[in-house]
Amino acid sequence: MTHRFESIDAVREGLGEVDYLADDSTSGIVYLADRLEKPVLVEGPAGTGKTQLAKSVAEMSGARLIRLQCYEGLDESKALYEWNYKKQLLRIQVETNEGDPSWADIQDDIFSDEFLLPRPLLEAITADDPVVLLIDEVDRVELETEALLLEILSDYQVSIPELGTMEARQIPLVFLTSNNTRELSEALKRRCLFLHLDYPSMEREKEIVLTKVPDISQNLADQVARIVRSIRQLELKKHPSVSETLDWARTLVLLGIGTIEERHAVETVHILLKYRSDIEKAIKDFTANSSQFEATQPASAAG
Amino acid sequence: MADSTGSDVATVDGTAAKADHQARPIFDLIEGFVHELRNAGLPVSLSENIDATEAVRHIPIEDRNAFKYALAATLVKNDAHWKTFETLFEVYFSLRGREYALDPDADDPFGDFDFDDDPSQMPQGDGGQGGGDGLSPEELAELLYQALLNGDQTLMRAIARQAVKRFAGMEPGRPVGGTYYLYRTLRNLDLDSVLERLMDQARNKPEEALTPFQERLEQDEYEDRIDQLRKEIEAEIRRRLVADRGAEAMAKTLRKPLPEDVDFMHASREEMVMLRRAIYPLTRKLAVRLARKRRHKRKGPLDFRNTVRHSLSYGGVPAEPKFRHPKPAKPEIFVIADISGSVAAFARFTLHLVYAISNQFSRVRAFVFIDGLDEVTSFFESSDDIAEAIHRVNTEADVVWVDGHSDYGHALEVFWDRFGREVGPKTTVMILGDARNNYHASQAWITKELQHKARKLFWLNPEPKAYWNTGDSIVSEYEPYCDGVFEVRNLRQLERFVDNLV
Repeated sequence: MTHRFESIDAVREGLGEVDYLADDSTSGIVYLADRLEKPVLVEGPAGTGKTQLAKSVAEMSGARLIRLQCYEGLDESKALYEWNYKKQLLRIQVETNEGDPSWADIQDDIFSDEFLLPRPLLEAITADDPVVLLIDEVDRVELETEALLLEILSDYQVSIPELGTMEARQIPLVFLTSNNTRELSEALKRRCLFLHLDYPSMEREKEIVLTKVPDISQNLADQVARIVRSIRQLELKKHPSVSETLDWARTLVLLGIGTIEERHAVETVHILLKYRSDIEKAIKDFTANSSQFEATQPASAAG
Repeated sequence: MADSTGSDVATVDGTAAKADHQARPIFDLIEGFVHELRNAGLPVSLSENIDATEAVRHIPIEDRNAFKYALAATLVKNDAHWKTFETLFEVYFSLRGREYALDPDADDPFGDFDFDDDPSQMPQGDGGQGGGDGLSPEELAELLYQALLNGDQTLMRAIARQAVKRFAGMEPGRPVGGTYYLYRTLRNLDLDSVLERLMDQARNKPEEALTPFQERLEQDEYEDRIDQLRKEIEAEIRRRLVADRGAEAMAKTLRKPLPEDVDFMHASREEMVMLRRAIYPLTRKLAVRLARKRRHKRKGPLDFRNTVRHSLSYGGVPAEPKFRHPKPAKPEIFVIADISGSVAAFARFTLHLVYAISNQFSRVRAFVFIDGLDEVTSFFESSDDIAEAIHRVNTEADVVWVDGHSDYGHALEVFWDRFGREVGPKTTVMILGDARNNYHASQAWITKELQHKARKLFWLNPEPKAYWNTGDSIVSEYEPYCDGVFEVRNLRQLERFVDNLV
């Protein structure tokens, strides 16, 4: 079996080509996931590019992305497979009209591939073309439902009582994302490689802004990244995510602002922050600090 | 496919030849490292250990960074444990990388510094070969200033080494912790005035005057660089300590408690910051879990009307019984917290947690005391920022009656007089404190009355159980009238208590 990626650097470059700037750990772990044939559990604050990572990996390797969005109440008929019972009923009816088939015939017949509705997990397993499977927000399903995933994650197979075990035709790359709203089970974690995606460093965020926002100047991107870093150091309910940084940068470009001054920051900070108390805090921080400087400035200029 | 195990072997054989002669020592190395991780309290399972060994076979051995991330991805599955992992990694592997080896002739310390890498950064004048020791303190300070100004990583690392060598006063075998050396080094470097100087420089740039806002950003930038320098210095001290004592002994002294196990009463300032960071995700998790628990409660009694109505679609057969949704009573919470010095941190975290999940209760009221008592509910209700409210509690609440030493008896008396009649059968009262009463009267009869009127009365004590009833601690006088007295010393215990409370 051939590998998808040559080396860690190849992963990084490949991701760079599809406009995803990966850091060392991200590219290293994607590479390992391929080599070790293990799923990757991506965890971190909202808006740091967890889902995008899976999409980008799919795009760069030319694989199809199959996505399973998790939510409370997700069960196997929506995640794994379901029998198409209407079609089964129809089949039975046709058989009885035709004459007198034995029960065994019908039973063999109605529990075959033809009547099976594959859901994302089964689809990923049975696909012939290369696929990337994204299991999004896995922390939203109940603890019991998590167990559904275990078989597919460790052995890449699905057991269907009526049909037996379906094994993967090719090993898909699997990404699970979690916002960490609850502790995932040990069993699940054990089977995965763990990647924590945090907010990017200032330099990386600047690069992201430069790649993703057309027509932005070096200077402005630098300022945006710096201000966002400062804001993230405050104690806030919700820190600005990367996508919010990008929205902000785009807004500034649209407004034709070349250099961010205090009043620009105050006027547009609501794009970065979504809670009233956070916005107030940030504005207070900006203005309080600058007035403190104004106070010290004459003294230092004299000295 | 079925041959996935077969292909596994095939995948490895390319690297296997190269890796095989290294495999044994690496295996032992990882084995030892996992042992250290477990000692530090990280849960590492056997299969994760095997994964790690497997993972490093695919990593170019000279790529230290990749090696680190490969281990992290396979061994550490909780973000909160990352810091512990990183420290242990640095200690355990610090002497095993080639570029990290200590200079064999350590007497000539500037010999191995890579000043040649970047000749433009050479100090003017006294720049000669191996001139590190020849630098006067002023010149070193100037060099430091230049490095920070330009954000020059290489130079910063070299300076960190030199500074530790010069100022830390490290002697082999001296039984002193790393923090002492760090303190000595930093005191000599005087980073505060360096920052001042950097800011002066930024302000007085001739070409353009900085707006206050830009100035603030500049400051953030320099503070970040100084932080980096500090980390370099820490790493250097650690490296030297490891060289002196050996990795295993060093790892032992570095065994720090995980955030959820940090003792409230004895947390250092750094740990406090860590705790404050940890409490946000904790409250969010707890809120989600509690909301779910409430929704998934067992069904209530049979709803006869609804069942009959639904039976119509089955021709009158009640095939689908319907149940009432239970409406679990939401308790009203009274928190009475001692906020005197020794237990203030504990009160703060508990209030934070209780208010973060306040929608699980019909009402939360907070009272704080030292020897007087004041209601602070309004602080929390007027602002949706809990940290801000707690800050106001500490600065504005009127809690001192006579001398500002805890007096549980008097505080309870005031509570009973002013708010006692508002305690009803739906109220759960939580008293937070160490019950160190400075030998005042206990007024335990009030707790008896409270227990009588309230739904439940709990006492949370941040002291270890062994210290209860020693000295002026009078837990036992209140204990008979409480529905439970709990030792709550860290976030883990606090979380467990609140979880059961709802």
